Amino acid sequence: MFASCADPSSLHGLNWMLCYLGTGKHLLFYTSFGTVLLLLAITAPLSLLFGFGGALAARSSFTPLRWFGVGYTSMVRGVPDIVFFLFVPIAMDQGLEYMRHITLCSDWTEPVRQGNSFLVCPQAKLPPNTAPQIYHKIYGFLLAVMAFALVFGAFAANVLFGAMKAVPHAQLETAQAYGMSQRQVTRRILIPQMWTYALPGLSNLWMILIKATPLLFLLGVEDIVYWARELGATKSQIYAYPHPDWRLWYFLVLLAFYLLMTKISEAVFARISARLSRGQATLGGETQRKATP
Amino acid sequence: MSDHCLQIIQDYGLRSLGIGERALPRTDFTLCHEFTLIGSGMLWNIYFGTIALAFGFVFSVILALGKSSCRAWLRKPSEWFVFVFRGSPLFIQFFLVYELLTMLPRQGIDLLGLTVETSWLTRAWAGATIVLFLNTSAYAAEIFYGALQAVPKGDEEAADAYGFTGWKKFRRITWPTMMRLAWPSYTNEAIFLFHSTALVFFSGFPALRQQGDALYYANYLADKTFNPFVPYPIAAFYFICLTLIVITIFGAINRRLNRHLPGATKKLRIKPQIIR
Repeated sequence: MFASCADPSSLHGLNWMLCYLGTGKHLLFYTSFGTVLLLLAITAPLSLLFGFGGALAARSSFTPLRWFGVGYTSMVRGVPDIVFFLFVPIAMDQGLEYMRHITLCSDWTEPVRQGNSFLVCPQAKLPPNTAPQIYHKIYGFLLAVMAFALVFGAFAANVLFGAMKAVPHAQLETAQAYGMSQRQVTRRILIPQMWTYALPGLSNLWMILIKATPLLFLLGVEDIVYWARELGATKSQIYAYPHPDWRLWYFLVLLAFYLLMTKISEAVFARISARLSRGQATLGGETQRKATP
Repeated sequence: MSDHCLQIIQDYGLRSLGIGERALPRTDFTLCHEFTLIGSGMLWNIYFGTIALAFGFVFSVILALGKSSCRAWLRKPSEWFVFVFRGSPLFIQFFLVYELLTMLPRQGIDLLGLTVETSWLTRAWAGATIVLFLNTSAYAAEIFYGALQAVPKGDEEAADAYGFTGWKKFRRITWPTMMRLAWPSYTNEAIFLFHSTALVFFSGFPALRQQGDALYYANYLADKTFNPFVPYPIAAFYFICLTLIVITIFGAINRRLNRHLPGATKKLRIKPQIIR
């Protein structure tokens, strides 16, 4: 990277360390923190959306839709999330390829499942075999995002469903008495009012989401855990920067990263919570009202 | 159930413990194979969860008391312990502790002329149990701390009025109420703990001789058959059964804790939705 790093074997001490931390692979390691943040940035709104849909479905007066909502929200109860993380990406991958297989190769007569293998015609492969490596990575990442969004959507649906039930019934009835339709009550009263009740659950969920991000590694995405293991492993003399097993230190960096994320999130949520409980008929809102002169 | 399946259960029923057939099947997987292997792996999940929960209960109460102590040298370490273990992913903790344990000298530590073996610590049965124990201790400590703070003031004042002091007051008054208040949340924590045992063989700890937990075998079968639609639902089924058993046992304890209260059969609200 730098001219002075051209010959690592001649370097010592701090210079060696600086050059070591500036190698190409380390830059990939640093960008993988971005991957984690990207995952958080995409998954959080997406799962909130899924959760919203799930919660509204679970409240629906249309029975099949309600069953679907209740089924979705209770999906994650009783089963470890990691089962879903392992299941959803393969299931989705095979599902998509199977659908493409049916539409693209209708003349293909052999069965898709042959004993121990899953065979679709070459055109149906996702992404196509000829696609450059980067597309395979993006596809893998998107499958991971979907798995996260589905699981956390179910969690969020649980939280939002509870929050919708917590909105004082009198408020909804008052709105009805003013002549609002069911849809208007939901949009104008229920949804704006529920956030203050949903916030503790959602903040909890965000913390859980942060702590679930290392599972990306299990889904084959080159995330921070992947690079920490890769870079920390013992490097013999044939490498430019030989060093003993440093995985412990790399994992300590990851630990510090996650602790920092937790601390920052806690501070941010304390502020949001204060903002949301302003003027609310809750204990928090009452305390704020008394504090302001 | 056919004789064939009985034979498979005999061969692979305790495969996860290293008893029975050595080689895992490679082809011709039947539903019986999948149920037997994943069920055999479940033994590990039960083992990890039960041991960690049993030891974690004691330690978490100590931590909760430490956290509510007015002496800073007791409070600060407890607070930090809880923060570190609750603030970081269990997955990273597994990796970190595994690396830490592998750094111990291979030949054991010389202690006053006695050689203390250390290699067993890097095995999943010991190392992973320690991590799960520390992790659940931190989460449960937070629950018990919250319950301790929520013990009604009147209870304490009444105890003072009756002349209870020190240990006796804690044992007879504070402790039962604290347990009663904490129990619903603690039930959830127990469920999450059993769920998080599924992470063990996907983190730093290797499965020796392919002796893994339920999810390890589910993953193996899904890899071998290219069909995720059978093994994962089977693993899910086993976990749901385990969850129901946990709920039953903890519900019985909950009823016992609340037996002196009118309308004591208050139902436990189970909302397992926390992962680490």
